[in-house]
Amino acid sequence: MNTVFWRSVKGAIGVFTAFGFLFLIGPLFVIVPLSFNAEPYFTFRPEMLMLDPEAFSLRWYENLFNDEEWHRALFNSFFIGICATILATTLGTLAAISLNQSNFPARRTVMALLISPMVTPIVIVGVSVFFFYSQPFIGLAQTYLGIILSHAMLGAPFVVITVTATLAGFNQTLMHAASSLGANAWTRFRRIQLPLISPGVITGGLFAFATSFDEVVVVLFMGGLEQRTLPRQMWSGIREEINPTILAVATLLIIFAVLVLFTVEWLRSRTAKQLQPQ
Amino acid sequence: MKNYLTTVLCTIVMVLGSAIVAEESVTVVSFGGSYAKACVEGYHKAFEAETGIKVNLEDYNGELSQLRAQVEAGSVTWDVIDAEGPQVAIACDEGLIETIDALNLPPSPDGVPAEEDFAPGTLTECGVGKVYYATMVAYHPDAFPDNEPTKVEDFFDLENFPGRRGVHRSPQAVLEISLMASGVAPEDVYDTLETEEGIERAFGMLDSIKDDIVWWEAGAQPPQMLADREVSMTIAWNGRIFNAQMLENQPFKILWDGRTIDSGGMVIAADAPNLENARKFVEFSARAESEAGVASYIAYSPVRKSGYDLVGNHAITGKPMKPHLPTNPEHGGRQLTLSTDFWIDRRDELVERFAAWLNR
Amino acid sequence: MERLKASSLALPLIAFVIVTLLVPIFSLVRLSVYDSTVADALPKTAEALQQWSGTDLPSIAVFETLAEELTTAQQTRELGRIASRVNRILSGSRSTISKTPRRFARSDEPDARAAFIAIDEDWGELDIWHALKQATDTFTSRNFLQAVDFRLMPDGSIARMPETQQVYVTLFIRTLGVSIAVTALCFFIGYPMAYAMAHASPGWARLLLVLVLIPFWTSLLVRTTSWIVILQQQGVLNDILVFIGLVADDNRLTMVHNMTGTLVAMTQVLLPFMILPLYSVMTNIPRDLTKAASSLGANPFQSFTRVYFPNSLPGVAAGGLLVFILSIGYYITPALVGGSKGQLISNLIAYHLQTSLNWGLAAALSVILLVGVMVLYVVYDRFIGIDRMKLG
Repeated sequence: MNTVFWRSVKGAIGVFTAFGFLFLIGPLFVIVPLSFNAEPYFTFRPEMLMLDPEAFSLRWYENLFNDEEWHRALFNSFFIGICATILATTLGTLAAISLNQSNFPARRTVMALLISPMVTPIVIVGVSVFFFYSQPFIGLAQTYLGIILSHAMLGAPFVVITVTATLAGFNQTLMHAASSLGANAWTRFRRIQLPLISPGVITGGLFAFATSFDEVVVVLFMGGLEQRTLPRQMWSGIREEINPTILAVATLLIIFAVLVLFTVEWLRSRTAKQLQPQ
Repeated sequence: MKNYLTTVLCTIVMVLGSAIVAEESVTVVSFGGSYAKACVEGYHKAFEAETGIKVNLEDYNGELSQLRAQVEAGSVTWDVIDAEGPQVAIACDEGLIETIDALNLPPSPDGVPAEEDFAPGTLTECGVGKVYYATMVAYHPDAFPDNEPTKVEDFFDLENFPGRRGVHRSPQAVLEISLMASGVAPEDVYDTLETEEGIERAFGMLDSIKDDIVWWEAGAQPPQMLADREVSMTIAWNGRIFNAQMLENQPFKILWDGRTIDSGGMVIAADAPNLENARKFVEFSARAESEAGVASYIAYSPVRKSGYDLVGNHAITGKPMKPHLPTNPEHGGRQLTLSTDFWIDRRDELVERFAAWLNR
Repeated sequence: MERLKASSLALPLIAFVIVTLLVPIFSLVRLSVYDSTVADALPKTAEALQQWSGTDLPSIAVFETLAEELTTAQQTRELGRIASRVNRILSGSRSTISKTPRRFARSDEPDARAAFIAIDEDWGELDIWHALKQATDTFTSRNFLQAVDFRLMPDGSIARMPETQQVYVTLFIRTLGVSIAVTALCFFIGYPMAYAMAHASPGWARLLLVLVLIPFWTSLLVRTTSWIVILQQQGVLNDILVFIGLVADDNRLTMVHNMTGTLVAMTQVLLPFMILPLYSVMTNIPRDLTKAASSLGANPFQSFTRVYFPNSLPGVAAGGLLVFILSIGYYITPALVGGSKGQLISNLIAYHLQTSLNWGLAAALSVILLVGVMVLYVVYDRFIGIDRMKLG
């Protein structure tokens, strides 16, 4: 009797949990087929459900590939994303290595400072960089450099966190051994530390890239017309008139997200293997 | 090390890249969508052909923060901006745009000087008006098979004209329309709105339909909501309704009674990088032919009398345009010209009141 | 020396964060209390008004000084800026000020005071002079007062905004309420999900993790779009409800452009930020603990509440903090799916930044929001430690 009761409670929680996963992932699966809709509607027509080939078309993708504004947005997103990632990853990795040393002064305060971009409400980041960069003699508002710096700042905490986590499993005796064999600091870093922590660095870099690639508030407030990125372009599209071209972009971005995800997971499993004793 | 180098290179390339501007061009920032298309077809192409100056058209949502940031930082990239009346006045106050004194506005085709040909109030300290657009009520006739609405009061009459109402989520034009519907004559609307009772009266009208209002923000939404029958009547911009009627064969009708009309303005950014070209462009926009050119694609009235007279047929469907122009006297009904002065004096206060009223 | 060397590699990032985040935030704070536009444009008037008693109209000499400086301001195109600043203190005074220099030049009144009053009788009232005097203060508390629905009257006293104009406090409270609601929803939905992931067989766990990570990596705009497509009146969910007959075709539910839309979309968008920290904590809770509890006679409910849940608290705190902070500064989702009742404080900040150009007020609203978040951040760091933050 008791076990029956607890089993049914467990069952109910199980069903609830299943709905949770549906709630989380379902919306994305709705968007993908609708982006192939031959008609400019946002709902499944009977022909689509019967898999009538007439009901499907690539016209929204054609629209997308023929539109110069989307080309520019795509270029901007990658350009800004890559520059910001390089900057964030370099600075973040160095900082993480340094933070990993046991004698680092005021470690906790420094960590809180370095993570602060992640926990500052994005609207405040957007407003303050806009005001600050618009000032005379700074003049970085509506420039690529201004956006790259802001995105690098937003992405750096992710690098610090992932690299710190990788370093926690890093065996310091390797470095001592290399040192006793006469390797200098740079060689030790390049030949031993970097290869071992590289999965963490790349994961952090991907997080930083995704942060920049997805960021819209800073671009919205501070970016000029030349710096419109994909999310910024989508924002205009949704506000003005949501048409299926937006769904086509959305589908491509979902595919992109899946690719990034599998890269990150693959790297993570590689790290896990490396850290195990051979 | 390599990473640093790449970053530095990336940055240098971009900074240089943004500094190099094509030699003879003018950057025009305007509202997107069908209005932008009407401008391109209506006169930008003619401008390029005549002057050899390339028009770089960019669209924006009417916000001036970017321009202010450019001016304050001393790195202006915009040349000409197409802005709404109150925004023109604010930008002018803030010194973000040039005054029109240096412009040499062309006379009408038969020689009437520009100052007399432009409708009163469309040439301001800093802006050169181009076209009038209307904010008014539009409805779907299928929603009212027996008796169709005929006056703006009907928008607030849920009993005889059932169905939900679409309303722009902004006090501007909405308060004026409400007051007209409450029986205030158009010429008394702004005097009434200056008083506390007047404002209460306008909100009182909105209160009477508040539960049945669907709010919209982007101009594309009202025709969409009418087409989906989400609302039976909506406040809308006439150009959007016109496009739905002409290009999508929607049966929508416009209730011209109680309309508010407004003309935006073409303005030149302070310290515009291509100042000479910008002036040429604004002067060209001010031609009667240019205004009429825009009006052959979208139902906005030229602000010049001579421009209005030149309007002929719709460039795509070939139907006559005049019956669709907001200032056509044949519409009859009440018409109110939006007061820019009122809105810059009172806007911050009314936006807050409007937000507070929405929250109630 | 050793310590210095240890920290030197972190210096570039520390400097970078200071320059690109802390300094801009500092300039935001400054902007919220400092505005020298009027003081710079009307220096002599500002000085003269310092001596002014405030009970009668200023002397003719002050009128003359003001006339002179306003005329100069008109030539240098500062006039509009002055007028707009004074208008923020005394609504409606903008046009009075901007028309004055032009008409003053044509005036044939005997003295400046008579001329001013002939141009606009408001110049004969004390209010506009008080407003002008207040506008010459370079430091002002006006923006912060307005941000909490108070106002600085022209004569310097503080009063509540009229009830019809009180909006910011309501919006702050609503923002707080939405953030708490979203955090709670994320917790209730996310906790069992994280539990399922942490206690599933390795194969299932990997699959479930992928299901959480795909939305995590997918653009926010994409997910917001998908909610609009699903929830709108002619959207997928209404179609399904009409098809199975739960809802009549002419009476479709309004689920987007209102508070429902905001809550649903924000919860889904932020759910991974709750699940991932929870999951990482739960995988490290030894399974023996609950087994031990049940062998000691605890029923599943007791062993969960007394043993398992307390052990998962660091995850709850980390996830809750992330979700709460992200939702308190949310701008995109409420702006797109919020409609009129689903707007949050960030939407008004954006309005003052982009449209009204009242940057001082935008800054003051942001500073208040920021202080709230900082308090939370410090409390979290004190009790849990920010350096224990993990991702997945």
